[in-house]
Amino acid sequence: MLENYLPILIFMAIGLFIGVALLTINRILSPSRPDSEKLSPYECGFEAFEDSRIKFDVRYYLVAILFIIFDLEIAFLFPWAVALNEIGMAGFVAMMIFLGILVVGFLYEWKKGALEWE
Amino acid sequence: MTAALINLWTALPEWLQVLLFNIGKIALVLVPLLLAVAWLPYAERKIIGYMQVRIGPNRVGPKGWLQPIADAVKLLFKEIIIPQKSNKFLFILAPLLALGPAFAAWAVVPFADTLVLANIDASLLYILALTSMGVYGIILAGWAANSKYAFLGSMRSAAQIVAYEIAMGFALVGVLMAANTLNLREIVLHQQGGLHQWYFLPLFPLFMVYLVAGVAETNRAPFDVAEGESEIVAGFHVEYSGMGFALFFLAEYANMILVATLTVLMFLGGWLSPLDGLLPQNILAIPGLGLVLGNGVHWLLFKTSALLFCFLWFRATFPRYRYDQIMRLGWKVLIPITLVWIGVMGAAMFLTPWGYLFH
Repeated sequence: MLENYLPILIFMAIGLFIGVALLTINRILSPSRPDSEKLSPYECGFEAFEDSRIKFDVRYYLVAILFIIFDLEIAFLFPWAVALNEIGMAGFVAMMIFLGILVVGFLYEWKKGALEWE
Repeated sequence: MTAALINLWTALPEWLQVLLFNIGKIALVLVPLLLAVAWLPYAERKIIGYMQVRIGPNRVGPKGWLQPIADAVKLLFKEIIIPQKSNKFLFILAPLLALGPAFAAWAVVPFADTLVLANIDASLLYILALTSMGVYGIILAGWAANSKYAFLGSMRSAAQIVAYEIAMGFALVGVLMAANTLNLREIVLHQQGGLHQWYFLPLFPLFMVYLVAGVAETNRAPFDVAEGESEIVAGFHVEYSGMGFALFFLAEYANMILVATLTVLMFLGGWLSPLDGLLPQNILAIPGLGLVLGNGVHWLLFKTSALLFCFLWFRATFPRYRYDQIMRLGWKVLIPITLVWIGVMGAAMFLTPWGYLFH
């Protein structure tokens, strides 16, 4: 079974190699005449006003945290769904209770407005 | 000549034989994929052109067929610009991180019953893992460029991809409940027996969710706020030029084809013919006709192309969503639908006599 994973490993290496090769060919073929205007960050023709590592909305963090919770949930649901026939009724009820708890949390987020973007 | 080649082959050490054999098989997947990725933008420009009563690219080669080659050559000769203030290592790493997973995911895609590079049991899990990797390339690109547009674009893009990935994952759970396996090939084999056995019928809500989430995952119109030419110029890859930009472009189109292929595999019967199991044997025995009507890789290609055409059609038809609308659709519509349908499926399987509908 494990030898089935070998092509995947080689595939990944080749995928990366194609990227590196294309960049290298580009590097060799293309001219390189940098000047300070070319190398400055694009800001509609103005000089950059301030550092671009600016403050950003805290909701991006909230989304990221919610994502971790839900993605973990999916990681739990995957093996459960595959084994559903063997674990039967008990497994189904257990997962529904688990999902129910998750949905309560989800509704709380919803009511608190964590999912609102205006 | 042949004998000499065979002698040379057997003289090679075993690990080298295995390696070369695998590289040959990978080339059989990767070369058509690269060709498809190169000509899909051409198809896009042509199709959207005709939808808008233009003719699209028509100068390079007959009817513009050589346009992708011209584009590739042009990008190869473009100067690589690495902005002064950027984190240079990350800036170069980011497009590779976007491209690598977009290609590597294809290692486990089954094209026909026996036509699969790596038939592993956890292939769906592997695909889910690799498609999640793509977001790193986008975040890194936006961060490393040290430009406000790139930064804002990558933040938007990451939050959007992450939100829709959950809906996508939940939709997959429904497929797993029906198929009871993570192996993509077996998921397709579970849908044998004709059009009405395909999963898009019993799992219709999940099919729609997966399709919409797939369009959003790949940052395609109408969910392309991450690029939003009219708002943040090009989003996370605004500072890239030449091949750096081209790699993001390749990754985006490879992902698009991947999502379409996965939708076909999981909901539309993969390489199975819509008449599979419905036709009498003597029709399938007719040479030519039987080959076309029977199962085979041509059905997978046909269905995938039809879905890709829809993706292009969406872009020509729908105006761009606003960002708050995108997030609302993802979190407040798609995720609840999938959660409810998982509950409905489970309840139907265990509490009612209609569970057979979902197998």
